[in-house]
Amino acid sequence: MNPQALARSRDFDHRGRAWYVDRAVTVFVFIGGTSAILFIGGIFAFIAREGLGFVFSEFDAGEFFGSIAWRPTSALDATYGALALIVGTASITGLAMVVSIPFSLAAAVFIGEFARGRVRETLKVLVELLAAIPSVVWGFIGFSIMNSLIIDLFDVPIGLNVLNAGIILGLMAAPIMTTIAEDALKAVPDGYREAAEALGATRWQVIRKVVIPAAKNGLVAAVLLGVGRGFGETMVVLMASGHSINLPDSVFDSVRALTATIAAELGETAVGSDHFRALFTLGILLFMVTFAINLAADTIMRGIRRKGERGRP
Amino acid sequence: MTGTAAPLFAGTSLNARDRKVEWLVRALLGLMTALLILPVVIIMALLVVEGGPVISWEFLTSPPVDGMTAGGILPALVGTVWLVVVALIASVPVGVAAAVYLSEYAPDNWLTRAINLAIINLAGVPSIVHALFGVGAFVLFFRFGTSILAASLTLAVMTLPVVIVSTRESLQAVPRAFREACWNMGATRWQTIRRIVLPNALSGILTGIILEVSRTSGETAPIMFTGAAFFLPFLPQGVLDQTMAMSLHLFVITTQVPDAPEALPFGVALVLISMVLAMNALSIAFRMYVRGRKKW
Repeated sequence: MNPQALARSRDFDHRGRAWYVDRAVTVFVFIGGTSAILFIGGIFAFIAREGLGFVFSEFDAGEFFGSIAWRPTSALDATYGALALIVGTASITGLAMVVSIPFSLAAAVFIGEFARGRVRETLKVLVELLAAIPSVVWGFIGFSIMNSLIIDLFDVPIGLNVLNAGIILGLMAAPIMTTIAEDALKAVPDGYREAAEALGATRWQVIRKVVIPAAKNGLVAAVLLGVGRGFGETMVVLMASGHSINLPDSVFDSVRALTATIAAELGETAVGSDHFRALFTLGILLFMVTFAINLAADTIMRGIRRKGERGRP
Repeated sequence: MTGTAAPLFAGTSLNARDRKVEWLVRALLGLMTALLILPVVIIMALLVVEGGPVISWEFLTSPPVDGMTAGGILPALVGTVWLVVVALIASVPVGVAAAVYLSEYAPDNWLTRAINLAIINLAGVPSIVHALFGVGAFVLFFRFGTSILAASLTLAVMTLPVVIVSTRESLQAVPRAFREACWNMGATRWQTIRRIVLPNALSGILTGIILEVSRTSGETAPIMFTGAAFFLPFLPQGVLDQTMAMSLHLFVITTQVPDAPEALPFGVALVLISMVLAMNALSIAFRMYVRGRKKW
């Protein structure tokens, strides 16, 4: 492009084609930028549109949170007790976190602080590929492989239970936790490490007494996002948890999760029926809990960014 | 920091005991990392061993027959391509525009913070809630019915954060001096973005799009009720048709077709995971190649 022509088009009194194109693009990218807000608002509006009608008519908070009787298809006396579903989701997510938190944090420390060069790059790529495995494939693994493995190993009648779904979900949530935790460790300025090393600390002492305390908030955020991921996962809990309404006594009991209930029943309900709207009410619950988890994680991470002097320009 | 008055590190810290502890910790952490990755390697090996024999040219190019207990996966493969392409057409322009806004225009104010929070939540909302949104908005409210269009738009909203985040990162990696040089020539903001920023960030944007293809083709819950069918013997003709999809097909033949031969779902899973991982590996390789070539 000819620079003189460019310069002329920018004369202060001359609003040429370039000026109008620039305005138009500014408007276009602004719309694109705010679309994310539009979509998240739209998601809430549309699930609330169906779900709130139920909340204000049939909904009974005592029954919803206190009863395990989820019998939406009963013709005479349909009941919508979500307690067993909430406990199911909580038990699977809880076990998943027991599995994945220690392993993810250990992997993050190893990859971020110990591994060097080629080993480190390879591990990072492997973790990234681990995160890419689709949830339905994980569900299939739970249904076909883990199921018979658990039956053989523990001599129980059915292998589709809290243990199965929890382990699979833990493996699934681990990569995202590892990645975010490693980012948090990386965000600790090298000056901290160098100062500790200069005092004669070994690498492990540096990590334990300097790096981990400094990265504490980021690690908490990583765990929170892992919890959010496990809480909202659908296909794994649908395929591997046994999908039976039940308050579990042990990890070998089958349970049913909130997400799986929506996935299993939405296709069989009439649009606009109480059952249909009740499933959207479960959706509101899921939306609000994950929103709270994400908000908490983001607030914690923002605190870190503000404290660090190396913010982006 | 810890804020204790006692000396953190004694002068004897490089003694033999500390080095032993260090070695032990290192071994333990390495072992745990390996344990995290090992199951996946085993699972991949199992999929290849069990599912490998099922896969043939005929498996990939013929429709399922006999109540999905035999035959191939052609309609599911073609359907997944349809869903991914339509989702990309919808989400890439919006996602790139959003990233350009956030990287090149957005001031540091409440609106930008709200946008960032919205992006994080779009990525964090459970996939089944996206499915409810797709049913409520695209299938019912906009009257697209259960169709490729409704399913793809649902997927597009869900994977929008992938495009936005990766594009924004690659735009921000372009040095500020490049922009300033261009502005000093008298170029407008948009001329600078189009001639300088976007060309320099193109490879990063492509990496993000490949990653989105990988994510989109594996999703199941969002398409279950918005456009993917359990079984359709023919191929979709347009965006208002329903379609089969690889991910839902795996779910269906695993859980709903009890008399399917045992190896069949392994074959479908192997094809699906190969597609997804190949895309992902491509994006990683591309990113490394670009990083290695960068001149600044």
